[in-house]
Amino acid sequence: MEIAISVKNMVKKFGDFVANDHLNFEVYQGEIFGFLGANGAGKTTAIKILCGISSPSSGELMVAGYNIYKNRDKVKKSIGYMSQKFSLYDDLSIAENIEFYGGIYGLSRQIIKQKTAEYIHELALESYEKMRVIDLPLGIKQKLAFSVAVIHQPKIVFLDEPTSGVDPITRRQFWEMIYREAANGTTVFVTTHYMDEAEYCNRVSIMVDGRIEALGTPSELKNQYSASSMEEVFIHLARKATRID
Amino acid sequence: MQSAISIQNLSKHYADNQALKSINCEIQPGELFGFIGPDGAGKTSLFRILTSLLLPDQGQAKVLGFDVVSDYKAIREQVGYMPGRFSLYQDLTVEENLKFFAGVFKSNLAENYYLIEDIYQQILPFKHRRAGKLSGGMKQKLALSCALIHKPQVLLLDEPSTGVDAVSRKELWEMLHKLKMEGITILVSTPYMDEAAKCDRVALMQKGKILSIDTPTNIIKAFPHTLGAVKSPLMNPLLQVLKQSKLIHSAYLFGENIHVVCKLGIDFVQLEQELISKGVVEWQYQIINAGIEDCFMELMNK
Repeated sequence: MEIAISVKNMVKKFGDFVANDHLNFEVYQGEIFGFLGANGAGKTTAIKILCGISSPSSGELMVAGYNIYKNRDKVKKSIGYMSQKFSLYDDLSIAENIEFYGGIYGLSRQIIKQKTAEYIHELALESYEKMRVIDLPLGIKQKLAFSVAVIHQPKIVFLDEPTSGVDPITRRQFWEMIYREAANGTTVFVTTHYMDEAEYCNRVSIMVDGRIEALGTPSELKNQYSASSMEEVFIHLARKATRID
Repeated sequence: MQSAISIQNLSKHYADNQALKSINCEIQPGELFGFIGPDGAGKTSLFRILTSLLLPDQGQAKVLGFDVVSDYKAIREQVGYMPGRFSLYQDLTVEENLKFFAGVFKSNLAENYYLIEDIYQQILPFKHRRAGKLSGGMKQKLALSCALIHKPQVLLLDEPSTGVDAVSRKELWEMLHKLKMEGITILVSTPYMDEAAKCDRVALMQKGKILSIDTPTNIIKAFPHTLGAVKSPLMNPLLQVLKQSKLIHSAYLFGENIHVVCKLGIDFVQLEQELISKGVVEWQYQIINAGIEDCFMELMNK
């Protein structure tokens, strides 16, 4: 299977503090990979490194086929990113946001126009077209943000708590969008605090105190820890955390 | 018994956004009451009105018998409020913040320390650190300590578990149950449906309206359908088949299962036959009890 992300012995230190302590994992192309962990376990640090916005202290890293030390710009062009905190520009309209992100990723005017029409149709945004993003309901905003994050057909999309605070029906529609994107071959790297969503991932890793304590399919992990749900697995592992967050 | 909180026909709008649409709710003294709903449900507006920080457009609300508009001074002395966004003084240390809040309420650390001891002990090693330099989890522990230091009769926590991992959430709820034992009336808002089970009663909220108010058990009992949990090695293809089936009332992903409700008069045997005719063989189902999230989605679709 083609490897989208390869991390070997990745370490990230801030002074004496080891935020990421020898991480080792691989993510396959087209896989939905759940990156879980307690608050303060080091997830955000790792994601920043994988996206090319922070440098590791040591370790070997390949993202989307590129060495992260040598080809950081190429990595950035090959990935998409969204989170609940940062996704779209609130004071721009839907079309302006699409135009802006399309422009950043170097898409032609024609393709941007085509994508705009496509998103407005697919997400049924006709009645919201003239609104600024700040006035959109959260669920619609998050679905649009996801579409925009994959506008340039990246090999990998990073989703950092994308469904936080979203209503339960929209949350499920969002996961169906994730499934469709993964079925098209995009690798989805996702974090969440909803443990039911951990079940939707092909494989899941769980970080505790800067290390990856467990990695496997949801059913492997449940078997391994004799747990009936991913929530039980998570609580079993994360309550051993000694870092205070 | 007089209600601890009494809310009658309460409405609030911002520009053309109707945040609260004629809300009614009574909360009894000593209750642990949950307002459950996604962003935009109106939870924060409601809490800000109840703490006298926001004026309602219409309707009335009383906290401990005091009117939220005319008796705001009395209310502010009696309630503890932890907003969703961290609102302590970033440039004061942990200890200074706590002393400040105790002082504002004419109390002192010693008087009610027993109430906050469990939480505060965890941040005690950082008592000389500025609040702005704390991690998210520590900030929350400090905020809860500050909201409790004057031993309020009513405690309002706005989304204390949002963005918090499953372990810390579990600890938070254990803490709230202890505080309930002290007789404090507690109002909690949360977007996590599973947390409803931790409350005595809940109001399910969506887009400014209360969909249902009851005990979690009664809300679940009121679920009007037979619910099946369906499983297959290929979940998403199965979901797509189910969604297109004319026999289905609803089909939602639920962890490792899909929760399925058949249309009135259709049973799972008929559904099984249809799925087999469509070439879906590898699937199993089990009839299960609904959860709060099933109920919430059912109410959303009404």
